[in-house]
Formats: sequence, structure tokens, C-alpha cells
Amino acid sequence: MSERAVVLETRDLTMRFGGLTAAHKFSIQIQEGRIVGLIGPNGAGKTTCFNMITGFYKPTEGSVLFNGQDITGWSPYKVCSAGIARTFQNIRLFRNETVLQNVMIGAHLRQKTTWWHALFSLPSFWKEEREVREKAMGLLEEVGLEKLACEKASSLPYGAQRRLEIARALATEPSFLLLDEPAAGMNPHETQDLMRFVKDIRDKFKLTILLIEHDMKVVMGICEHIWVLDYGVTICEGAPEVIQADPKVIEAYLGEEAVKDA
Amino acid sequence: MDAKRKRNYTLNAVLVGVLGLFLFWANGHLDGYKIQIMNLIAVNIILALSLNLIYGFTGLFSLGHAGFMAIGAYTCSLLIMTPVQKEMLFILDPCMWPFSVMQAPFVVAVIAGGLMAALFGVIIGLPVLRLGGDYLGIATLGFAEIIRVFANNLQPVTNGALGFKGIPDFSNLWWNYGWCLVTLFVIVRLVNSNFGNVLKSIRDDEVAARAMGVNTFKYKLTSFTIGSFFAGVGGALLASLLTTIDPKMFLFILTFNVLMIVVAGGLGSITGTVLGGIVITVLLEWLRFVENPLTLGNFEIPGVPGMRMVVFSLSLLFIILYKREGIMGMREFSWDWLFGLFRKRGEA
Amino acid sequence: MSFAMFVQHFFNALTLGSLYALIAIGYTMVYGILRLINFAHGEIFMLGAYFVFWGVTLLHLPWIVAVILSVIVTSFAGILVDRAAYRPLRDAPRISALISSIGVSFFLQNLAIVVFSAIPREVQRPDWLVTIIQFGKIRILPLTIVVPILSFILMLGLLYIVYRTKPGLGMRAISKDIETSRLMGVPVNRVIAITFGLGSALAAASGIMWALRYPQLQPIMGVIPGFKAFIAAVFGGIGSIQGAVVGGLILGFMEIMIVAFMPSLAGYRDAFAFVLLIIILLIRPTGLFGEKLEDKV
Repeated sequence: MSERAVVLETRDLTMRFGGLTAAHKFSIQIQEGRIVGLIGPNGAGKTTCFNMITGFYKPTEGSVLFNGQDITGWSPYKVCSAGIARTFQNIRLFRNETVLQNVMIGAHLRQKTTWWHALFSLPSFWKEEREVREKAMGLLEEVGLEKLACEKASSLPYGAQRRLEIARALATEPSFLLLDEPAAGMNPHETQDLMRFVKDIRDKFKLTILLIEHDMKVVMGICEHIWVLDYGVTICEGAPEVIQADPKVIEAYLGEEAVKDA
Repeated sequence: MDAKRKRNYTLNAVLVGVLGLFLFWANGHLDGYKIQIMNLIAVNIILALSLNLIYGFTGLFSLGHAGFMAIGAYTCSLLIMTPVQKEMLFILDPCMWPFSVMQAPFVVAVIAGGLMAALFGVIIGLPVLRLGGDYLGIATLGFAEIIRVFANNLQPVTNGALGFKGIPDFSNLWWNYGWCLVTLFVIVRLVNSNFGNVLKSIRDDEVAARAMGVNTFKYKLTSFTIGSFFAGVGGALLASLLTTIDPKMFLFILTFNVLMIVVAGGLGSITGTVLGGIVITVLLEWLRFVENPLTLGNFEIPGVPGMRMVVFSLSLLFIILYKREGIMGMREFSWDWLFGLFRKRGEA
Repeated sequence: MSFAMFVQHFFNALTLGSLYALIAIGYTMVYGILRLINFAHGEIFMLGAYFVFWGVTLLHLPWIVAVILSVIVTSFAGILVDRAAYRPLRDAPRISALISSIGVSFFLQNLAIVVFSAIPREVQRPDWLVTIIQFGKIRILPLTIVVPILSFILMLGLLYIVYRTKPGLGMRAISKDIETSRLMGVPVNRVIAITFGLGSALAAASGIMWALRYPQLQPIMGVIPGFKAFIAAVFGGIGSIQGAVVGGLILGFMEIMIVAFMPSLAGYRDAFAFVLLIIILLIRPTGLFGEKLEDKV
């Protein structure tokens, strides 16, 4: 592997809820520009790790470093401001707002004008509003939703909602993107599109992408490096071929019988 | 500036002009009672808009509005009453300096009322806005009650339970509707910008908003403070309108009335709040008839005290049970919509 | 302060605290299962007192019969409120039910004004309860001994129901997870109705005893005690019955003792509870015995 900078590193990241250890010494290093994956059975602790990285959970132990800076325990909005954006497993759109507004809200982070400017109708306010609107429309075109800009977000079909969530995340101008089960609920055709899409946005927006996924086609198809979690413990990591052959991974997913059969 | 905005500005200016003409006519032709109702409508709209900003748009269930109104009312009153008036009014305990001597023109007093309320908004908001949903409601309610109890006891400042009488009635249609337009302007400007979008995102899904880089606490505090400012303005105008205030006026029922307007009009709709303000104010006045004896032919139906509020609270229950979105839901009136309507009629 | 004074204050505080505790239990049970602050609970308390008054003066019932009937009727009133104003909103956003409860609260207050009139009414009290007994320098109302004892018995009864009976098991299940309880065959609506019934019965008992202690009936008599009892429930940990009891007692003691030791602050008496509320919400929102409820991300 070529020598690229490590953009995201976690060191012994551990999350305990009372007696339950949801994540145990989660330690990863992700290089710039890579698409990497986090997989494991349900309840393995994958989203917990996402939540620790993005600041929604304060880790019981361990640390998170982003571009060399310790961001452990930072508030979610500060983490996003630093350049990490995410989508959610259960799609959290702003249901009552339009498609365009959802993306504009994402773009708000990088705005310079404040509510004072809005109040006094200053020209700088109008200029920025227009710029934000254009930027948001541009992102909607990227994901193919520009025709639905004025629709309410809750009225979109499922697949479109997922794409909208990604467009909104992109509006925050991240350098690192966390995707939580982006292919959930998609048919094979949509999944193909998604795989192509993820690669495209990685190239176009110069992103590093970490995704949680259950769909093995997606994971094996686009991830360059994979970590496997089971009951909070990292049981395996490596390139797709390595993961597929590892007996511990097979056992975690399919049970002991499958290992015997394999 | 693009053509559509120019058109909207012109239309809005025309609308304001029409309102002005109407007020001019009303001043000359309507009796005192109807003018009082019109004044109340304006003040209620201000109060409801401020609560809608906090609750309808930002999703903060604040039940403390009466407290901010009280602060605005007392501040304004202390500033527009003359030192002589205050000396006569504070019979149990003389008025404390500097409250005894300070005085200011009406517009300054109203702004001061708003600023004081906003200051308390920050003081209260800082600790309390961290709380979620129900807890925020009872915490703000708690603060409103604390303010009321203090108003009842701080004899040298508020004249205790006696309150103020004979507050100069500078309030008239021009001041009240003027302030109403200012409030409307501010709220509309805020809500229609991306700042407003962010407030709504906090309401819709705070977790997602935080993940998208929104410092939700800062925005909540800003919204809460601006809302408190206008609640204070409303309270200040109310003081001059009613010319008497006392702590009993600022019980929870006052917040309830404002909440009713917001819910009836539609949480998250400015148009709804304006309509709700008109409807509820008129309804409250109209309902007085059930409390006065009614003569039908030869029969006299005795008035039933308290019935007015029974009907009023039943109305709120009806709305919340059967038409939760209120009149407008989250929809707004816009010039685009109006023209769209005509265009459709034209084509059909 | 003399020992005699202290003993008197102690029993007053115990009485007040018990009354708050009984009301607080109702708040905490309803919040535990429905996550709803039942603003109307204070009015249930008020109705309990008024129904006794009605029974005695209008229907000329013997006092004890009026009391029993009042508790039963008020209990059903509480169930009716849930059925009419909260059940339809089970699936609505929680704030809707909250607004509904505020609406019911004002409705009942004003209905009481219409039916009973806003004029404060004097309550007739059985003589033996209010003749002062004297132990040396200590002068006590028998009432202030009876109330805590009776309240204690009622609380024991409630705890028995919650922890040793099937409906109680249902209540505890629903407070943990309503959906799963429903799936597991718990008759959710019936258990909720029982919860309201029990809470309202206790509130009625409290209202009746309150009217004996402070013998003036007003339609708004439930507002301030209702708020305070709710604060006590939050202080003790909303959702926890033990918390409600402890919270109620502590609040009662605080109120009486502060006024006893600092009489100049008597006018601010009502504000103490609210200050306590703010403090507890800021330092430990889950209260003394409460559980933390996490928001799933």
C-alpha cells in the first residue's frame, strides 16, 4: 500500500454501558482517499463506533484522532465542523422541510452571515442565500434529485431519501464521510448505482469514506480494507479476500455449523 | 434584487398601506370597545408570534411566556409613569431608587421592556435549554412562577400584590399595529432565511442537526432570546393598554391563552398565528356573552360565570384531539400561492 | 426555637409532606407508563375534596360515606379523563397529550367554578380531629397525626398493588416498554385505566385530608399543591413511587421548616418549590431515584 496520510485513527476506543461493553478497544487507521468498511452481525457495535467518532457518545476509554488532532469527546457539531459528516442507519431527514431546504441546512455550517444580516436585509445576506441555494441545487443534481427540490422530504421514496441524506452530508463540505448502511433496502440495480456513486463522490469531492454495510456485494465490491466486529470486538481486518476466507468471520455471521461445512 | 422580490415588496407595501388606511378609518368611526379589541388583537399577535418562533419553529416547548410578559410590563410601566405617580402609587413601601426617578418616552420604554425580558431569556435559557421536551416546559413554567412570586413580594419595585394602577395609556392602534408589523417583519425575515431553516431542523430532528454541524444550543438560545424580547414587548404594550397590572395577571393562564392562539393557528405557520390571533381574541371577547344574562323574548337566562373559560378550554381540547394542525398547519400564505390560485382559475 | 414549637412544626411538616406524597404518586405513575405530565391531576385532587362537600351538604350523607363515595367517583373521573383526552392521542406526538392535559386542567378548574362557584367554601370537620390535644407545652391537632398514618397505610396499599398483583405487574411492564408489553398480551389500555384510577383515588384522599387541614374549598385549590407535588415527584425521580414519597416528604419539610426558621420569607413560600425544581433539573434531572432515559441515535 502506498504511503498515504492517515486521516482517521482510533486508539483502543471502548464504550461501556453499565455492565455491557458495546465496543472493545476499537483501533483502526484509515488512509486518505480510501473507501473502507465496517461489518459484523446486528448488534456488533458498528453504529456505536460511528457514534463515538462523531461525538454522540463519549467513549469510556480510548481516543479518536482526525488529521492528527485529538477529537475525542468533541460535540457532534464540532466534529462536523472539523470535516466529518455522516448519514444514519434509520435515515434522519428533516421531514417537514423541502428536499432543497434539507441540503441548504447542511450548507449552513460553512456560511459566514448570521441572523443579523438576515434581519437587516443586507446585500451580503442575499448574496450568500443565493450562493447556498445554488450550491444545494448543485448537490441535488449530483444525486439526481434536482427535479424534486420543492417536495417535502418525507414524501420521497426510500432510495431517494437515502440519496438526499448523502447530498445533505456533502453540503457540510466534509473531507471524511461516514455512511451507515447506505444500501439498506435497495434492489440489486440501485445497489450497483450506489457503488458507482460512492466511488464517484470519493473522487469528485476528495473524500475518505468509511461505511457500515450488511450487503456483502457492496462491501466486497468497493471497500479496500474491512474491519469485522462481533459483540464489540474486532475479530478480523484486511482486504476483502482475506475477510471472506477467515473462519472467525464465517462463524460470526453464519454460526459454527457453517464453519464446519466450509 | 430580482423581479419577484420587487413584486413582493411592492405588494407588501400596498398591504401595509391598506392597513394604515383601515386604522385611520377605525380610529374615527369605531367605538371604544371595538378599538380595544383591535388593540388586543395586535398585542396577542405579537405574543403568539414570539411563542411560535420558540415553539412552532424551533421546537422548544416553553411555558414561561407569562414571566417574560410580566418583566416587559413592569419595566415599561416603571419607565412611563412619572416620579409623582410612582410616589402616590407605592403606599406600603416607597419605590426604590433608581426606579422611582427613571422615566423614558413610550417607544424607549417598550424597547427596554423587550430588552429586560431578553436578558432574562438569556439568564433562564442558559441553564434550562439543555433540557428536553417536557422538562423544558416545566422548568420554564417554574421560572415564570418564580418571577410572579417575586413580583408579588418585591414591594419597593413592583408594589407587591397591589400592582400598578393608572399607567399612562400611550397605547393606541398606531403603536400596537406598528409594533405588530415590526415583530412580523423580524420573524418573517428570520424564518425565511437559512437561519430559519436551521431552527426548523432543530425542531424536526435535533440529532441530525447536530450531526450536520449545527450548534443547536447556540441556536436554541438565540431563538429563545429573540422570542423573549417580543414577549416583553407584548407585555409592555399590554401594560399601557390595560393601564393596570398586578401579579395575578401573569398566572399560567396567560401563557395558556397565547399557546392556544399558536396551536389554533398552526404551529410553525406565521399566517396561522396572525389568523389565530384574530380568531381567538374575538372568540374570547364574544364568549363573554355566556357570562352575562341573556334575554330571549320573555325569558332571562342568567349569566354563568366561568362558562367562558369552560367553552374556551373545550375548544382547545377539540383542536388538539381532532385538528391538531390548527387552521394552517405548517402552510404559509405567499403572494406566489395567491397568483397561482388566480392562474388556475383563469386556465380552468 | 423551643422543643414544643419544633414538635408542632414537625407534625405539620409530616402532614404536608404526606399530602404532597399522595398526589405525587399519581403524577409519577402516569409519567412512568405514559411519559405524560398529567397537568389535570391537581384538579382531580380538588374534585375529591369538593365531592365530599357535595355529599355532606347536598345529599346529607354521613361524613364517612361521603368520603368513600368521593374517592370512588373521583377515581372514575380520573379514568374518564384518560379515556376522553389522552387515549385518542396515544400515537400522537407527546406534546399533543401534554397540551391536552393543560386543556383538561383548565376545563376542570372552570367547570368547578361554574358548578360550585368561585366563592371559597367552609368545610365542616369532625370535631375530634380538630380539638387540640395538649402534651405539656406541646399543642397538636389530632389531624396532623392521623393524616401521616392514614397516608402511610394508603401508600403501603398501593405498593402492595404495584408489586404483588397482576395489574401492578402490568404497570411495571408498561413503564419499561409499552410496545413489548402490548405484544406480550398485557391489556395495556385496561392497565393504564387502573393506573389512573389508583392515582386519582390517592389524590382524592389527599384532597379530602387537605380540606380538613386547610378548611377552605376553592376551584383553584388544586393548582399550587398540584405543581408542588409534581415538583416533588421530579425531585424524587419521576417514574419512581418511592421517589414520589420521599420527594413529597422532603418538600413538605422544606416548606414548613424554611418558613418556621425564616418567617420573613413566608411570602416566597411558593417559590421555594420552583427553585428546588430548577436546581434538581439542572444538577440531576433524573431525581433521587430515577433512571436515565437515553435517546437512541
